[in-house]
Amino acid sequence: MKSSLYVYIYIFVMAFSTWCMRVIPSLVMKRPIRNRFAQSFLYYVPYVTLAVMTFPAIIETTQSPLAGAVAFAAGIIAAWLGVRLLGVAAVCCITVLILELLV
Amino acid sequence: MLRNQNTYTIAYTIKKIMESNGKIFREGFRDGIPIGLGYFAVAFSLGIAAHGYGFKPLQGFIASILTYASAGQYIGFSLYAANATLIQLIILTVITNLRYILMGVTLNQRMPAGTPIGRRVAVGTTITDEIFGITIARPGIPSPYYGFGAWSAAVPMWALGTSIGIITGTALPARIVSALSVAIFGMFIAVIIPPARKDRMIGIAVFVSFACSYAAAHLPFMAKISSGNRTIILTLLISAVFAAIAPRTAEPPAQEAPDTESPVQEA
Repeated sequence: MKSSLYVYIYIFVMAFSTWCMRVIPSLVMKRPIRNRFAQSFLYYVPYVTLAVMTFPAIIETTQSPLAGAVAFAAGIIAAWLGVRLLGVAAVCCITVLILELLV
Repeated sequence: MLRNQNTYTIAYTIKKIMESNGKIFREGFRDGIPIGLGYFAVAFSLGIAAHGYGFKPLQGFIASILTYASAGQYIGFSLYAANATLIQLIILTVITNLRYILMGVTLNQRMPAGTPIGRRVAVGTTITDEIFGITIARPGIPSPYYGFGAWSAAVPMWALGTSIGIITGTALPARIVSALSVAIFGMFIAVIIPPARKDRMIGIAVFVSFACSYAAAHLPFMAKISSGNRTIILTLLISAVFAAIAPRTAEPPAQEAPDTESPVQEA
C-alpha cells in the first residue's frame, strides 16, 4: 500500500521534471541561433507542430467523425476570413454541437 | 532639480511599463479562455482515467495545476497505478515532453541577446502545446505577461476539469464534452491559417502536415508510436524538409508595432 505522502512526492517529481523540459532551453540559450538552416527550421516549427496536432485529432475527438471534419472545415474558412481566436473556437464548438444533435 | 527630473522620468517609464504589462496580461487571459474551455473537456476525461488509477480529487487538482501537460500527465498517472519507480517516471516524462524543449528553443530564438534569464525562464514556464502556439503567433518578443495571462485563464480550468472528472466520472453529457473538446483545435486553426495565407510556403507546410499526420496515424509502424511522439517526429521531419527547400529567416513576417513593454535593450 502506497502512503499518501508518496502520492504527493510522485506528483511533485512529475511536475518538476515536466517544468525542467520547459525551461532547459531558457537556461542554455543566451542569444538567438544564427545558423540559417536552424533559423528556417524554427520558422516552420510552430505552424507544422500545430497542424500535426490538429488533424486528424479533431475528427477523432468528437463522437461523430463527420462533425469533427465539418468543424475542421468551418474553422479553416472562418480563420481565412479573418475571424479571431475566440470566434474560430466558437464556430468549431457550435458546429459540432449542432451536427451531433442532428446525426 | 535634474535628479528629480530623472527620478520622475524613471517613475513614469516604470508606470508605463506596468500599464502595458497589465494590458498584455489581459490580452493573454482573453486568448487563454478558449484554451481553458478545451482543457476543461480534455481534463475531464483525464480525471476519469485518474480516478481509475486511484487518484483523489485534490491530488488530481494539484497534479494538474503543477504539471499542466496532457499526454505526460496521463502517462504519469498510469505509471503510478503500475507501481513504477520515480526514475521510470522521470525517464518517461522526459520522453513524452521532449517537444517542450523544441518549443522552448523556438521561443528563446525570438528573444534578443541580453534578455534576463528570469524573463526567459518565465516565458518557458508557461509552455503548453496551446499556450506556446498563441505566444509564438503573437508578433514581437515573447512576453511572459502574455504567457501568464493565458496560463491563468487556461490551467485552472485544466486542474478543475481533472478534479471534477475524478469526482463525477461521467456526469457531463458526452455531447457537451464532444463539442468543448474541439475548442482547442479551433484555436490552433486560428493561429496557423492567417500566416498560411500570408506566406504560401507556410500554407503548403500546413497542408503537408495535415496530410502526413493523417497518414502517420494510420500507417501500421507509425500508429503504434504515441501521438505526442508522432507529433515530435513529424514536426522535426517536415520542418527540416521545408527549411531545406524554402529557407526563411527566423524573423516572423513584420506585422503591427512590436511590444512596447520590453525593458530589454540590445547592448
